[in-house]
Amino acid sequence: MTAPSPVPAPALLCVDDLRVRIGGSSIVHGVSFDVPATGVTVLLGRNGVGKTTTLKAILGLLPAGAQISGAVRLSGTSIAGEPTHRRVRRGLGYVPEDRGVFGGLTVSENLRLAERDGVNGRGPDYDTVYALFPELERRGRQRAGTLSGGQQQMVAIARVLLNSNRLLLIDEPTKGLAPRVVTEVADVLERVAAQVPILLVEQNLAVVRRLGQDAVVLASGVIVHTGPITDLLADLELTRSLLGVGHHQKPSPREAGVL
Amino acid sequence: MTTVILLVLTGLGLSGLYFLVASGLSLVFGLADVLNFAHGLFLSIGAYATWWAVNNLPGASAEGWGFVLAALVGVAAGAALACVVELVLIRALYRRPIQQVLVTVGLSLAGVALLQAVWGADSLPFPRPAWTQRVTRVGGAAVPNAGLLLIVAAAAVLVALLVLLRFSRVGLVIRAGVEDRAMVTALGIDVRRAFTLVFAIGGAAAALAGVLAGVSFGAVSPGQGTSLLIFGFIVVVIGGLGSITGSAAAAVAVGLVQQFVNYFSPGLGDICVVALLAIVLLIRPRGLASLSGRVAA
Repeated sequence: MTAPSPVPAPALLCVDDLRVRIGGSSIVHGVSFDVPATGVTVLLGRNGVGKTTTLKAILGLLPAGAQISGAVRLSGTSIAGEPTHRRVRRGLGYVPEDRGVFGGLTVSENLRLAERDGVNGRGPDYDTVYALFPELERRGRQRAGTLSGGQQQMVAIARVLLNSNRLLLIDEPTKGLAPRVVTEVADVLERVAAQVPILLVEQNLAVVRRLGQDAVVLASGVIVHTGPITDLLADLELTRSLLGVGHHQKPSPREAGVL
Repeated sequence: MTTVILLVLTGLGLSGLYFLVASGLSLVFGLADVLNFAHGLFLSIGAYATWWAVNNLPGASAEGWGFVLAALVGVAAGAALACVVELVLIRALYRRPIQQVLVTVGLSLAGVALLQAVWGADSLPFPRPAWTQRVTRVGGAAVPNAGLLLIVAAAAVLVALLVLLRFSRVGLVIRAGVEDRAMVTALGIDVRRAFTLVFAIGGAAAALAGVLAGVSFGAVSPGQGTSLLIFGFIVVVIGGLGSITGSAAAAVAVGLVQQFVNYFSPGLGDICVVALLAIVLLIRPRGLASLSGRVAA
């Protein structure tokens, strides 16, 4: 006779006590966080605190010498013991920090390589991809290595949009890009995030403010803060102490004028 | 002039042999980072399996289609052995390069010893079609048909490999894997299946080299693969690891240099090949393939 109590939506991805040691040094020591099934969860932190390592550990992409412990569950299923390709086939789309575009292959070959099961059994979704990035269709025969950084980023994002994914893991998509291109990438990610949840590593706070919903802040391989992005960014003192912005990095005109 | 034609064509024959050995080595190293010292064993197995087939398999003979059948047995044996080696020995050792080197060196020593134990340490006369022992007149030069056969076979394998790499899905996976293997797995592709295939292709090409070396030299011996492997490695390094066209270009260079210099001063050609290796590495440490920036195509 009890009324159903509001249960929080179960997390899509659960990382539980993740520990990573590479070459004898501990990079991530005991990280636990959940990624909800909607919106953009941003993994924040200064350089070298283990953000990329955490993403790679979720995907099983760390080098052979790495010792990894802890649980990674996707919709309740433990995936930590599986090889990378099998985890990806469960519906994880990965856009790495260096974009991971194959420079010797053409743009269309890069996309063809990424074709997996397609979307809802209808084959790879080139309509969506080319609607978002008409340039990639025009440049299909061009070698990806000759593209600009922004265009390569579009290839990397397009590759994960060809298939139906349950979660996208995107690592610093705006790094090293010109301000105008940063805006373009943010536009695209905003549209993508309406369809698929994203776990995003990002340092550009303007982009974080625009896209982010939940924040997970790492410092020296441990989680130091979780909560809504708006609360974090509203608290200047907290932002400064956690992310180190403010002392050495004034909001540059570039960053301020971007979005 | 006839001497030049003769040296060019016999040199290219040698190039063909080196390319057949090097193509598999190069792909295996480029894709899987495996330095396969047992590659020469695939070559010897191809030759011995062909020799065995001619003498024992009904339908196989030293002439015509019978010889083609025997050669196919040799090539299949090389491919099968390469698959077994990859699945049983190498697969457990990916990302452990030192253990790989130990295992493949050990396998190559054990394989040669096994061949010696079964068929003796001396070279055996290799059964070969009569026409391969004749010559063809090319511009006045009497060129051995066996050399021409090597050129044709190597060119056919080169074209087949390029078509496979350029136009098939697995070729796409191989080219991408040579560039960034981890990223291929991050796209949901089981790259290890491509490893097995590349080993099989390399084993088949090496076995074909073994068969044609037998035809060319008229004899087969247990250590033949190992001695050809050295030049295979030189070609792979000059050509650029993982590049098929680079290997082809390097094989042509090495074969011609060796043949021409050896004509004027026997033995010096082999030294010149090593000098060529040193020069290329000084100018282009990543091999000829870095000229065009192309990988694996």
